[in-house]
Amino acid sequence: MPKITYIEHNGTAHTVQVPVGKSVMQGAINNNVPGIDADCGGECACATCHVYIDAAWLDRIGLPVPGSQEASMLSFAAVTQPDSRLSCQIEVADDLDGLVVRMPEGQH
Amino acid sequence: MNQDSRHIVIAGAGHAGGSAAAMLRQMGWQGAITLIGDEPIPPYQRPPLSKAWLQGEATAESLALRPATFYPEATIALRLATRVTGIDRTAKTVALSNGESLSYDVLILALGARARRLPLPGADLDGVLELRSAADADRLKAALQPGARLAVIGGGYIGLEAAASARALGAEAIIIERESRVLARVACPILSDFFHNFHRGQGVAIEVDAQVAALDGANGRVTGVRLGDGRSIPCDAALVGVGAIANDELAAEAGLACGNGIVVDLAARTSDPAIFAIGDCTSRPLPLYERTGRLESVPNALEQAKQAAASICGKPQPAPEVPWFWSDQYDLRLQIAGMPFDTTEIAVRGDVDAGKFALFHLTEDGTVQAVEAVNASTEFMGGRRIIQRRKRLTRARIADMSVSMQELAA
Repeated sequence: MPKITYIEHNGTAHTVQVPVGKSVMQGAINNNVPGIDADCGGECACATCHVYIDAAWLDRIGLPVPGSQEASMLSFAAVTQPDSRLSCQIEVADDLDGLVVRMPEGQH
Repeated sequence: MNQDSRHIVIAGAGHAGGSAAAMLRQMGWQGAITLIGDEPIPPYQRPPLSKAWLQGEATAESLALRPATFYPEATIALRLATRVTGIDRTAKTVALSNGESLSYDVLILALGARARRLPLPGADLDGVLELRSAADADRLKAALQPGARLAVIGGGYIGLEAAASARALGAEAIIIERESRVLARVACPILSDFFHNFHRGQGVAIEVDAQVAALDGANGRVTGVRLGDGRSIPCDAALVGVGAIANDELAAEAGLACGNGIVVDLAARTSDPAIFAIGDCTSRPLPLYERTGRLESVPNALEQAKQAAASICGKPQPAPEVPWFWSDQYDLRLQIAGMPFDTTEIAVRGDVDAGKFALFHLTEDGTVQAVEAVNASTEFMGGRRIIQRRKRLTRARIADMSVSMQELAA
């Protein structure tokens, strides 16, 4: 099962196993990782599962398609960066084993 | 007192109660947590019940707030199919439906709300349904066979979402609304008209200004909805969606301040410092609007769960959020930010006829109080920011699509 590392804004790292097919957001919620709120439950409707993708993984994960629902939600999320994604929109696959994501200072 | 020896009892295992338990652990609470719910299954998400769950697109696993293994792993004692029946604030104990008594150091009331029932003849017939719980949704789903006729009493969000799901399942649907328009209590007339027309286009019949006089039945089962004007609308099932009532009786009996919900402050504390209340059962401050009110929404449940957990764990309180709501019907996504208190005009941004627009509700001085966005997430997100910042805008500027939402919100 792929391992994903979530790093809180204060630097605390949580490495957990997430089944293939789940979203990166669900991996955090199911393991009670602090820092991802996911108010809407994964509907891409709230932008409270915002993460920064580690530079080493950005090519593989990619950025949101311009004009997509995710891009429009992110355009007003708190403290966005060029490597921002909504973690509910990233599906875990075998080739994401070892993925590292960082959490913003807040989700609201 | 050492935190490790303190016991937190959470009464109610819905979205608010389940989230509070998880957030307490996230914030480092080391003491015991007991989470008590009257339903037979662990905490789950209610919003999909009228949508994806009804349409067979969600599983019990995807509905669950957290996997069942989470609770033992996080040493949260989950007591299902159990109800709290009384609170003794002096002894700091709660009585349970199985006769047991549990002592608490901190009590969190997450008792939710229940569907308002119709005080009418026939309301207890089989096939007269409500929609709050997974069990309710399963009953409704069983009734929505292709060709079945569903009468929806009440044109609010639950009713409209259920009608949309009924159509997706090949059932017939008729909405019966007492007011002159659907969504009369929760949306502006432009939005009501839009949803009215959209539902009509999807084959949903709608009766407005219609009083329900009784539910007709045969052999103990509903067969129709009788209206005040004497007409009877035949149906195979009737869904009653006419609002919800806060479950605040336990708190009131225990002498806690209540008034259309359990009165709490911005730390989710009740009038007893050892008791918190969160979610649909509370009457809470709405600091943005300098009012109090009851919010029936998942974001509110989560916000108050966070407030209570932060108070209990001695963490800084989260900043107050702009209330928000959503509803999915057909391929329409409605997102609402804020509440339209004291507003005098509406600015329309986008194209209502094309089904992609946002309605900005302004006070006399141009302060944006609320934004209703249909398939317009950028407007919703930008609107949330504008409301949070108490920005003032003119109608003309909001309607000008050559001005981006980023510029409007800046």
